[in-house]
Amino acid sequence: MSAITAPEAESRPVETELRPVPQVLAHEVARPRQSKRWIDWVMTTDHKKIGIMYLVLTFVFFILGGVEALLMRLQLSQPNNTLLTGERYNELLTLHGTTMIFLFVVPVMAGFGNYFVPLMIGARDMAFPRLNALSFWLLLTGGIVFYSTLFFNPPEAGWWSYPPLSSIQFSPSGGQDAWIFLIHLTGISSLLGAINFYATIVNMRAPGMSWGRIPLFIWAILVYAILLIIALPVVGAAVTMLLTDRHFGTHFFDPTAHGSPVLWQHLFWFFGHPEVYIMILPGFGIISEVIPVFSRKPVFGYKAIAASTAVIAFLATLVWAHHMFASPIPIVVLGFFMLSSFLIGIPTGVKIFNWIATLWRGSIVLTSSLYFAVGFIAIFVVGGITGIFLAVFPVDWQLNDTYFVVAHFHYVLMGGAVFSIFSGLYYWYPKITGRLMSESLGKASFWVMFIGFNMTFFVQHALGLSGMPRRIYTYQPGEGWTTYNLISTIGAFILAVGIGMTIINLVGSLKRGRIAGPDPWKGNTLEWFTSSPPPENNFDVIPRVRSVEPMRDIRRQVERATGVTQKTGGSERFSRV
Amino acid sequence: MLVEPSAALANFFTPKSGGSPNANEIDSLYKIVLYMAAVVFVFVEGALLYSVIRFRAKKSRVAAQIHGNTPLEIGWTVAAALILVVITVVTFVKLPSIINPPNSGANATFLSASVNEPTPPNGKKLTICVQGRQFIWRYVYGNGCLNGAFAAKLPYSYTEMYVPARTTVILDIQSSDVIHSWWVPSLGGKVDAVPGYTTYTWFKADKVGALYHGQCAQLCGRQHAFMIAQVKVLSPSGYQQWLSSQSQAINRANQQVSQLRSILSASGNL
Repeated sequence: MSAITAPEAESRPVETELRPVPQVLAHEVARPRQSKRWIDWVMTTDHKKIGIMYLVLTFVFFILGGVEALLMRLQLSQPNNTLLTGERYNELLTLHGTTMIFLFVVPVMAGFGNYFVPLMIGARDMAFPRLNALSFWLLLTGGIVFYSTLFFNPPEAGWWSYPPLSSIQFSPSGGQDAWIFLIHLTGISSLLGAINFYATIVNMRAPGMSWGRIPLFIWAILVYAILLIIALPVVGAAVTMLLTDRHFGTHFFDPTAHGSPVLWQHLFWFFGHPEVYIMILPGFGIISEVIPVFSRKPVFGYKAIAASTAVIAFLATLVWAHHMFASPIPIVVLGFFMLSSFLIGIPTGVKIFNWIATLWRGSIVLTSSLYFAVGFIAIFVVGGITGIFLAVFPVDWQLNDTYFVVAHFHYVLMGGAVFSIFSGLYYWYPKITGRLMSESLGKASFWVMFIGFNMTFFVQHALGLSGMPRRIYTYQPGEGWTTYNLISTIGAFILAVGIGMTIINLVGSLKRGRIAGPDPWKGNTLEWFTSSPPPENNFDVIPRVRSVEPMRDIRRQVERATGVTQKTGGSERFSRV
Repeated sequence: MLVEPSAALANFFTPKSGGSPNANEIDSLYKIVLYMAAVVFVFVEGALLYSVIRFRAKKSRVAAQIHGNTPLEIGWTVAAALILVVITVVTFVKLPSIINPPNSGANATFLSASVNEPTPPNGKKLTICVQGRQFIWRYVYGNGCLNGAFAAKLPYSYTEMYVPARTTVILDIQSSDVIHSWWVPSLGGKVDAVPGYTTYTWFKADKVGALYHGQCAQLCGRQHAFMIAQVKVLSPSGYQQWLSSQSQAINRANQQVSQLRSILSASGNL
């Protein structure tokens, strides 16, 4: 292993004020020629290029879904508003929900996974590189099929598409069929991706990386993959049944021919609730990486965090009917689903306590990434607590299908998943691009997002408690909803400005960011062992792993060998760029 | 009007209630959960904020290299479980008062007997069938409303339901097209109206003259936002008067229709 001290030699000329961050360089790699041809992106099977394409594509969908949300918020900003008709509003709510779930949160996690799973386990690519490329192109195709409905008739039965509303009788347009094909295409994409992650993590780890030394993000992606493999075939079957009901004369969900609309609800939520954990577990994984690095401490309770991930996944398959407490279901069954939903609160609580304990007595470096990670915990706690309210089924009879639920799952998915995704972006951007993002703009973006987010969604709890159902496109004055709605709409635009600031940061730093070097954060895991961005083969040498924090071990070894020690815990320069 | 100061802070922390015992019981159950949640919220957010501020990186600070603490970890796992056990016990204690209809008041109207519906202990109840359809609620009053409502010529109304005070009202809820959800917040939780199924709920309103608002809570199509439900509480005698005047109005309308029909068919226009 070659060991040299920084600054790292960079081929391109650098402006003087953009000096590289001083750091130990553990491992030099041969730089391949940089190809700029677009066809290389189309033909690539490199997990890093595919990962970047995933991230860029899903961010485009994130922006589309965000614009749809803003249009709905504008419509609801005042009573009896006529900006949108009921038809347009239902289309937008279907597009927004479907986009955010199937085209943003699930695949963005696949994007991070694609880029970082091989790097973090010390592999040179995914197990099945061509399958990996297929996953990406299927996702793109699904997105195109779905968004092409904008030029015809977008679906309007919601992302949950309950029949009979989604049946041919009540939704005759092809938009509903496009929705079904989106589920099929993104489903196959995610399923292939999941199989690939599973095979990669099980088979391709660096020497010495036993199950007890796998980074927590990798644990999260492994469990994410298993949950996808369990849940996706069910929704695939359900939408196929809906398709045959619509066009080929079957009656699975048709009450007039002894079919049952409740069957759809069971099938859909048997997928739908694991899906929630599919979206949030990788976020938990990102947080479990970011917090120890910036606390300069080992993660508190590694085994408990890894085990809680697995327990959450197991319980996630047993809670689906808590989405259906108002459906015709016997009380004893409701009781079961209340208890199973409670149980899932325990491992989730364990994770939160472990993260806080990791921060405790650390030497916390307040980077943008850590801001988003801490913001994630602060917001997710609220989503977790309101989840307990909703699990108490008699209370749910009041809260279900109201804005309280909208607030709850946006605290989990927008405040939770999205804040963890942003934390991951600020953390890994230097690895992906070789450049650091602006920390000051990042922190400003965090505060604007945090304030905007809470303004948008906290009052929605009150809206639900005041009796406003979800999914209504307008309302009358005098119900006590007007003020809350106006606050929520203003908050949504503030949130959008905050997200915009990070997007500006992402794009602007590509050219203007400081040179990151291989390990700007003093990371714990192997992706920081190679250069930024990593070469096509990732590593010329794959080190032997001796703990959960291999990069920390290597850094110590290099420091001992060279006699150069870095300040630990002090105010690093990157903390106030 | 953009701001409604009087109504602005209504139900900020708690659900609507006050119309019926089941809504009140849900409200009190909710509050028990809320108090426990508030304690957990303050404790967790406080610990988070404290550790981020207290343990910021300084020159003199060296991070403590702690890998875990098994007793502590077991401790907080058990603590979380205990909170949930408490909520479970409270829920099952409260449950009967939420799902089982109580007896009607002494001078209430009504009787009915049907096997599938929930029934108060003394059997005195008023059955009203609620039928959801795009985009209106239809109510049929009285025993036998599920089957043979036409034969029995039961009175019916749309959107606005009229009920006698202090009477246990049982709702038999159905849908004739897509899924709807019956919900009048002050009178209790929501119940889906699913085609092919009959679902039940109840309420018992005491305040004569009160008008409770609600609306369909499950997306049912483009005009879902206008599928309003209202419940007007009348005195028992007022309810009887309303029933007979409603029946007469229905009869008159039926007669007019049949007259029109005979005129049209006589003139060959039908």
